[in-house]
Amino acid sequence: MSLYLFLTLAILTIISALAVVFSKNPMYSVLWLIVCFFTIAGHYVLLNAQFLAIVHLIVYAGAIMVLFLFVVMLLNLNADTEPHKSNLSKIASAIAAGLFFVVLIASIRATALGEFNLPNKTNIGFVEEVGKKLFTDFLLPFEISSVLFLSAMIGSVLLAKKEKK
Amino acid sequence: MENTLQAVPQNWYLVLSTLLFCIGIMGVLFRRNAIIILMCIELMLNSVNLLLVSFSAYSGNSDGQVFVFFIMVVAAAEVAVGLALMMSIYRNAASTDINVLNKLKW
Amino acid sequence: MNDNMIQDTLLVTPALLVSLLPLIGFLINGLFGKFLPKSVTGWIAALAILGSFICSVTLFNGLNSTSSLNIDIFNWIAFSNINITFGFLIDPLTITMLLVVTGIGFLIHLYSIGYMHDDEGYTRFFTYLNLFIFFMLLLVMGNNYLVMFIGWEGVGLCSYLLIGFWFKNESYNNAAKKAFVMNRVGDLGFLLGMFFMLFYFGSIDYSTVANQAQTLAPNSALLITITMLLFVGAMGKSAQLPLFTWLPDAMAGPTPVSALIHAATMVTAGIYMIVRSNILFSLAPTTLTFILIVGVATSVFAAVIGLLQNDIKKVLAYSTVSQLGLMFAALGLGAFSSGMFHVVTHAFFKALLFLGAGSVIHALHGEQDIRKMGGLGKYIKVTYITFLLASLAISGFPFLSGFFSKDEILAHAFEQNKTIWVILSISSFITAFYMFRLVFLTFFGNFRGTEETKKHIHESPITMTLPLIVLCILAVVGGLLGLPEVFHVQHVFSTYLSSVTEGSAQYLVHHEKVSHATEIALMSFAGIGAIVVILFAYNKYVKQNALPADEVELTGLNKVISNKFYVDEIYETVFVKPITVLSDLFLVLVDKLIIDLAVNATAWIVATTGKTMRLLQTGNTGFYVFAMIIGMMVLLIIRLFI
Repeated sequence: MSLYLFLTLAILTIISALAVVFSKNPMYSVLWLIVCFFTIAGHYVLLNAQFLAIVHLIVYAGAIMVLFLFVVMLLNLNADTEPHKSNLSKIASAIAAGLFFVVLIASIRATALGEFNLPNKTNIGFVEEVGKKLFTDFLLPFEISSVLFLSAMIGSVLLAKKEKK
Repeated sequence: MENTLQAVPQNWYLVLSTLLFCIGIMGVLFRRNAIIILMCIELMLNSVNLLLVSFSAYSGNSDGQVFVFFIMVVAAAEVAVGLALMMSIYRNAASTDINVLNKLKW
Repeated sequence: MNDNMIQDTLLVTPALLVSLLPLIGFLINGLFGKFLPKSVTGWIAALAILGSFICSVTLFNGLNSTSSLNIDIFNWIAFSNINITFGFLIDPLTITMLLVVTGIGFLIHLYSIGYMHDDEGYTRFFTYLNLFIFFMLLLVMGNNYLVMFIGWEGVGLCSYLLIGFWFKNESYNNAAKKAFVMNRVGDLGFLLGMFFMLFYFGSIDYSTVANQAQTLAPNSALLITITMLLFVGAMGKSAQLPLFTWLPDAMAGPTPVSALIHAATMVTAGIYMIVRSNILFSLAPTTLTFILIVGVATSVFAAVIGLLQNDIKKVLAYSTVSQLGLMFAALGLGAFSSGMFHVVTHAFFKALLFLGAGSVIHALHGEQDIRKMGGLGKYIKVTYITFLLASLAISGFPFLSGFFSKDEILAHAFEQNKTIWVILSISSFITAFYMFRLVFLTFFGNFRGTEETKKHIHESPITMTLPLIVLCILAVVGGLLGLPEVFHVQHVFSTYLSSVTEGSAQYLVHHEKVSHATEIALMSFAGIGAIVVILFAYNKYVKQNALPADEVELTGLNKVISNKFYVDEIYETVFVKPITVLSDLFLVLVDKLIIDLAVNATAWIVATTGKTMRLLQTGNTGFYVFAMIIGMMVLLIIRLFI
């Protein structure tokens, strides 16, 4: 059952990811990416990371992708304004990506991965568990990331602001 | 649902995220629209997230999930700044084509 | 014992203050001199030295002549079994030098306030002067050779800075460089001597070295090597043959500098050093003989050159060299305290002579040629009288300071070797002659300069004349410190120094002391001789109004002497020219051909590579990403297969 579920989700993920790349219209790309993120959230649920799945949906689908959509609409981008590459460079990029995939797989196979004893704990993805980690072992990075956020916020406001002449 | 870990070998997740990563790379090479390239970068980041979560699940340790949190933080910040840059570039060049942005050279 | 220790701790503070005050003065003037009013800086410097002098007097009062005070300030260099401390040793010899350096130093600071009054480098001058005093004190106060060496190098540096004080004049700069380079030759000797001591004795402490040396056989090769090397150092610093030519050139500096550094203090450092290591030297009679020969030769040689010099300061410079030679001769005879005695009296009258010369130059607005002077006695009375008395003192006029100190050395020479005595007596008479040639040409007769200068002749201000008067008193009565035993009194000076010099007495060859009758005969001979020579000079330069001829008109021996025996020219040909030729050769062969080529080739390769590689920077982002992917692939493949 879960194997089929995994396969279905995986195929959906790959198809939507490819659609992101190949859509002529940037608007469709954004929408396909949202689909892709939903399937990834499904994977998270399968992997017992329930809390993360929800956070993923809220942050990516809810915030980041809305931002993307908003920008695409604001700049009025569509299939007509889309710049085109020559066929040669398209083929070259496809081949490069394919080769890179082969090389990556080969290096993964060449790497000796440790055998896992499957855990019987299934609650590792719950809020309690992740929260405890976040506020004990990773407290300092957590706090520092808030500073990062603040600076990103200020930076983006500053960048997007219209310059006074 | 609980037996996903038994049913699906971990290698499959490896392959899946590698594939997602390579699609992201292909997107970066394939497209010239800077916003799409930014999206492809998000895709690559997510493939790494997936990998981290899978390792976390198969080893029964939630450290990996905490890392995913931080990656999300960075990604969100990056998108915010990146899109703000896009806006100001568009305002100046009236385009998001990366080939227009080739002034930074010798 | 306990009292002694309390006494000692009470003396540590003044001992440290002696050296610190000039340093503080130097720092204040050096760092904040720009912000201080000009008049203040000179007085700060002078007061620092006055404070130093007062501390020296405290030390002199507090420490009796048999004890010494050793202050280890901090451990400086410690490795394996070598341990060098930075510390001070205060004993009668040190105190003697301290009093001379700070006392005369203060008077010359005072003098400089008047002399340098209009100079734009006023503050800089006092900064250097204070620094010099600091280093000189370090030199005489150190308790090992290394601390002495710091002072030794430091005074060399200050001497360089002050000779080239008017650095806008090219020839002054050259004189400064000459002094510096020539001193390096000597310093190398000193340095090697220290290395030898460190290597064979494992220490460079005065007392340890002296103790170690006494375990060796007298006149052993090691001792001769060390003492010879140290003496080479002394030759450089104290301007002995063959390293003397820098001193006359050093007169390029301001006159107070000539008085302080190149007459009274720094140049006597070599003598101080040898007296300080008197045990070492008395264990090496061969070196002593060598010192004697060099000293005597220098004394006569410089005196002869002095006969035909026409620059007032040059005459005094050669006279200094000659007197230093006399002091070395005394050391060579093993008469260490006599040498020191002459150092002290010489400091008095030579400083006075230079300051007097400075006063003359000041009165004539920079004129230094004695052929353009004359008759000045009427206009500048104080200068004239003090200068005259100083000249009498240096010439050995009876009962003035120079008479006693010189006579003591001559008596020692008479005891040991009659030939040496004859030569030294001749040298002393020559000294009397050229000094009075100077006096008569400057102060007697009629003025030979222009009318314009004549109108402006004026006596110097009180800050300048006061030091003259004080020094004059010292030059006159200074001899009383060392009244010979003929007068049935104790020899104050040598008794005071006896704790320093007694260690070496047992190693020296003992000569029959001359009888009192002989001694009186010798003294009368020297005194009468000096008077006769002075009268001869009076006859020639005042009665017959003889004037020195122009250099071009001189012939034969006179010409050779007037040109200082062509020593400078010989050095030029033997040392400077070959080195210049060699440098030119290296310039073309090594520098231009090898080094420049290598450097330029490297630069060319980098530039060309850069020019080629920059073409890769297309500015196309897609291309960059593509290159990045390729790079990652290559890295992974390398990781996989290699």
